[in-house]
Amino acid sequence: MIHRESGILKTTYEADMALYPLPIARWTVAAIAAFMFLVLPLSVHEYWLSIVNLVSIATVGALGLNILVGYTGQISIGHGAFMSVGAYTAANFAVRLGFPFWLSLPLGGLMAAAVGAVVGIPSLRIKGLYLAIATLAGQLIIEWTINHVTFISGGVQASIEVPRPELFGYKIASQRQMYFFLLIFVVLALVATMNLVRSRIGRAFIAIRDHDIAAEIIGINIFRYKLLAFAISSFYAGVTGVLYTYYLGIANYEQYQITTSIDYLAMIIIGGLGSVLGSVFGAIFVTLLPILIRFAMEASGGLLFSEAAVRNIIPNLRLILFGMLIIFFLVVEPEGLNRLWRNIRSYFRVWPFAY
Amino acid sequence: MFDWYFFGLLMSNGILIGLMYSLIALGFVLVYKATDAINFAQGEFVMIAGFLVAVALGLYGAPLWLAVGVGLAAMIGFGFGLERVVLRPLIGRPVVAVIMATIGLSAVLRGFGPLVWGAETRPLPLPISDEPIVWGPLFVPPIQILGAVVSLLFLAAFGWFFLKSRKGIAMRAVADNQQVAMAMGINVERYFGLAWAMAGVVSALGGIVWGSLLGVDVHLALVGFKVFPVVILGGLDSIPGAILGGLIVGLVENVAAGYIDPWVGGGTKDFAPYVLMIVALMVRPYGIFGQPTIERV
Repeated sequence: MIHRESGILKTTYEADMALYPLPIARWTVAAIAAFMFLVLPLSVHEYWLSIVNLVSIATVGALGLNILVGYTGQISIGHGAFMSVGAYTAANFAVRLGFPFWLSLPLGGLMAAAVGAVVGIPSLRIKGLYLAIATLAGQLIIEWTINHVTFISGGVQASIEVPRPELFGYKIASQRQMYFFLLIFVVLALVATMNLVRSRIGRAFIAIRDHDIAAEIIGINIFRYKLLAFAISSFYAGVTGVLYTYYLGIANYEQYQITTSIDYLAMIIIGGLGSVLGSVFGAIFVTLLPILIRFAMEASGGLLFSEAAVRNIIPNLRLILFGMLIIFFLVVEPEGLNRLWRNIRSYFRVWPFAY
Repeated sequence: MFDWYFFGLLMSNGILIGLMYSLIALGFVLVYKATDAINFAQGEFVMIAGFLVAVALGLYGAPLWLAVGVGLAAMIGFGFGLERVVLRPLIGRPVVAVIMATIGLSAVLRGFGPLVWGAETRPLPLPISDEPIVWGPLFVPPIQILGAVVSLLFLAAFGWFFLKSRKGIAMRAVADNQQVAMAMGINVERYFGLAWAMAGVVSALGGIVWGSLLGVDVHLALVGFKVFPVVILGGLDSIPGAILGGLIVGLVENVAAGYIDPWVGGGTKDFAPYVLMIVALMVRPYGIFGQPTIERV
């Protein structure tokens, strides 16, 4: 947020650790909340809200992945699969046992957390490249299992239709209702993550990221915290999968393949590793990018190419831009969009003076 | 009764396919050995090389030697350029950054191939017959034999290169300790480029062999997924490991597919090597011939 902090003297540790150290930050957050809860949903067409909904879902997943990759330094290429675990668990509970969403959603998250912790077990012996490959194996094995075990996947094209979620006997069907439904989870995920990373657990995660052997020597139980990071991160992923399932009305493994895992990795790298705000930026950016490409190509691509060519161009152009953005941010700005935002902020902090 | 004939068929097929995996894994090992960088885009390298050769042959009607030459030259240039633009700025950065950069690169290449050359599957015809060679009770397609021979040739050539040649020894020195290598007057950056160019050469050959076997389209990049079990089993920095890992993966996936596929309805080929790999990671994470790393605070 753009504001000045002169005259703020902190006299206690509580004040120093507060989420919003400045009074004006509270007002900014209140203003954003008012905009998100009142102005945006009441003023915008349903189609735009459906896009915002996709951003909301991606935000939850990106926050979870950032806890693992950005804060704990353990890479995972298996997050798409963890999402599918959450999605199919919730869908099965909702359809077979008729569970309401507020039961099937945490169950999906917990199941994903359990599976994620199991996939994370190799992280105790291996790291870096080996861990990336082990989680890739996890992704492929989970995908294969869901695809081949009809008990999980429901048989017909490995997809299960779920009923619309109900809240206090009120069915959430339209995009506008879905918007509020998802926004609650985004707020929950944001607050939970911000509090997690400044707690004892979050500090242990950061210590493991910076140097795991050194962290072990100063008394951090690596076994516990690495698995905890995997479990928490997969819980977010599972919830993301459940939310996406309810959003689409169907659980389908095609939404959770390895490209999804890479999309989420792209989000946190483009947004900024180890930053809550960066996860949000990344989720917005990566979700909007294909939509913008589609708009641009549908508007002007027809002038240069045939219709069939445009259909070939859109997904491939998306892949190319994706990859180039990942490489660009890694090479030029490793701290991502969050860093750019901080630069803008610190420029305006002392504006109009140079320093 | 146990069907020895069926088993033998699976084994022979597995050995030949496994050697073809070794060829692709070799590209991965070369880069890792020399630069400590991990190439998640190995499969996409193979796909791009396959595209180049198939397009030169099919679209422009070039003779085979010219098409192969174009493919090799383009991949060498690509390797040097890639190292200069993407990998060199990442030297000294965490391993996750390099992994992600090559994942990004794989996305770029996977989009680039079909965008420029179209999404349809292109044939890559080589002047060898399609008739399987019958040898006793076994029969094998000639392309697989060609692939296996090319793999063995190159594995031997690179084995010699690293053991005996001046450049190879310099490259090993670079891999061992970059600072000391620099102090001994080795141009470290040039060897990094050379390693990527060598990976490009190997990928070009892999692209020709695999492209001719499967046809060239975006799915050709999926053979890259087989590289990881191969190198993990064999050891990331070991050329003999690439051969042995390739053989193990080829055998395991063929035998598993032969006996398990009828029960579960397909897909075991992509699944079995990874299960094996997970076990290997738990038991011996640095592979059969790999060097265990010692970490200090």
